[in-house]
Amino acid sequence: MAAPSIPIPQLADDLSTPPLTLWQLGWLRFRRHKMALFGGVMLILLLVFSFGGAFVFTEKYANFNDTSQRLQPPSSAHPFGTDSIGRDILARTIYGGQISLFIGFVAVLIEVVLGILVGALAGYYGGWVDSILMRFTEAMLIIPTIFLLLVMAKFFGGKIPDIHIGERAFSGSVVVIVAIIGATSWMYLARIVRAEFLSWKEREFILAARATGTSNSEIIFLHILPNTMAPIIVSSTLSVANAILAESYISFLGLGVQEPTASWGNMLDKSAKYLDSAPWLWFFPGMLILLTVLSINFLGDGLRDALDPRSRTV
Amino acid sequence: MLQYIIKRLLQGIPLLLIVSLTLFLLMMKIGDPIATMGGRTLTRPEDRERLTRQLGLDKPIAVQYLYWLIGNDWTKIDSDGDGVPDKNGTRLGIIRGDFGTSLVTKKSVTELIGERIPNTLILMLASEIVTIAFALVLGIYSALRQYSTLDNILTALLFIGYSMPIFFISLMSMYIFAVLFKQWGLPYLPTVGMFDPQEGKTFSQVLWHMVLPVMSLSVIYFAGYSRYIRSTMLEVMSQDYVRTAKAKGLPRRQVVYIHALKNASLPIVTLVGLDLPFLLGGAVVTERIFAWPGMGRLFLDHLTRADVSVVMGILMLVAVAVVLFQIITDIFYAWLDPRIRYN
Repeated sequence: MAAPSIPIPQLADDLSTPPLTLWQLGWLRFRRHKMALFGGVMLILLLVFSFGGAFVFTEKYANFNDTSQRLQPPSSAHPFGTDSIGRDILARTIYGGQISLFIGFVAVLIEVVLGILVGALAGYYGGWVDSILMRFTEAMLIIPTIFLLLVMAKFFGGKIPDIHIGERAFSGSVVVIVAIIGATSWMYLARIVRAEFLSWKEREFILAARATGTSNSEIIFLHILPNTMAPIIVSSTLSVANAILAESYISFLGLGVQEPTASWGNMLDKSAKYLDSAPWLWFFPGMLILLTVLSINFLGDGLRDALDPRSRTV
Repeated sequence: MLQYIIKRLLQGIPLLLIVSLTLFLLMMKIGDPIATMGGRTLTRPEDRERLTRQLGLDKPIAVQYLYWLIGNDWTKIDSDGDGVPDKNGTRLGIIRGDFGTSLVTKKSVTELIGERIPNTLILMLASEIVTIAFALVLGIYSALRQYSTLDNILTALLFIGYSMPIFFISLMSMYIFAVLFKQWGLPYLPTVGMFDPQEGKTFSQVLWHMVLPVMSLSVIYFAGYSRYIRSTMLEVMSQDYVRTAKAKGLPRRQVVYIHALKNASLPIVTLVGLDLPFLLGGAVVTERIFAWPGMGRLFLDHLTRADVSVVMGILMLVAVAVVLFQIITDIFYAWLDPRIRYN
């Protein structure tokens, strides 16, 4: 029998590597999750499509209508075909993608801020603050989200003027949609954050922080919040998917983003009329919404496994 | 137990009041309800003043809310516009079952909702039953054969179903089963409405028209349910009592269906119980695509015309149902699970 070929000092060296941080461990687990990697790559491609595509087609072209070219099937001149007033669908899906993705991400930013605020205050202070905030959260959950979104879209709709950024004009409805999606989706996140705060605030290091006279806001935002980041990241990733779906639903029902600004959702509005004669009208934007939501869900699932392995329930 | 139920019901009342007040405030700005009154012509200015007064829209919001909530038969209102209250109001208020009158159809809201509820329930309950049946079979199968090929394929398909916008699956299924099937000369499914007007509203007609919407709704709901059932079953299957049952040499069938499924059904019952009241609201998008005359479409049609009493009626009906079903689910849960005691 030959002696083991690995020299002992090297083995000892390996053993003394510093322990991995949560994020390094998370990355190791995430890398193994093939569907999540697929989702991440897919999402990057979709971002490149929507934002890179703007260098190929101008927004003017996306909004340019030529009624002699209406309802053209996909061809080399119009790879995705043209819509009912002769606009190029490929160019519109590019600019619509920008709006849909923008709405998805920014609405979730609002959701996260609201969710963390409500959840942290309720969980940390407890007592009557908790009672009031949680009753309010319950009240928000009683009404089906789509109803609430439609009512709010109607409430705020049609009052905001177009917004000009550089040379581009956006329908003011984009801002309305972002705000109402953010305002109607924070409840689940608030509950998650509250539960985390309830358990973390009992730990010894919080007691120590209090003993040294740390202020409440510092304890909330610097001591407890960083520990609750994993579930917040997972939940908000999945929320982006829901926000994009929500945008497409209200725009599909005609109360969302208003023309001429394109979004994947409002491109589908009225396309049901051309169900049999022009299926490309609804197929391409619908497919893009599906792909985006799917890749974000894959990504979120991978992040859950990677960052928060205990909560692998639903 | 009775005390617990009463306590929960009493807690529900302030919640519903807050919800109704918030919604009512939102309603004040969803549009001009008397712009056309549901017709095609604009309301004349001289009628506008009279209508505003008759509908009570000139009153402060607080008074309007009060009239909506408890009615105005206890107070005198000004009916002829001379500024002097002269006649008792006729509204009873929502807490006495008077949901008001629709401005668009001039029918009472109760009647309008009453017409639509059966249509919505047929559609939604059928989807729910199809969903749960499939989700139970496939969820349990996936849990028992975790990481098998079929489990992996199902997981991938579930992700697609979960990410699918409802209008996309609806339009796709309409295109395949109605448009393409027609082109290929196969028997094709109807895409819109509840029945063929020439055939009348017969059982077979409604069933035939239900196929596509139920299929679309089930694909969407199925994903969530089946994943939930799978994870619940997985959790239960790793419990000590299941191991004991296996060790005793009980047949596998008995272990799975008696020991595991019975326990796994608790969270599933909760999930279903909490979802049921939302079925009342119907499916706005699906009903619109398939032109199904249900609650979701009633809501959308009357919201776009700022018909406050109908919109509020639907919203409050769903809200009350949600609160009641939360209590019923909790009671049912305690009855199923002897470990839970409410005091």
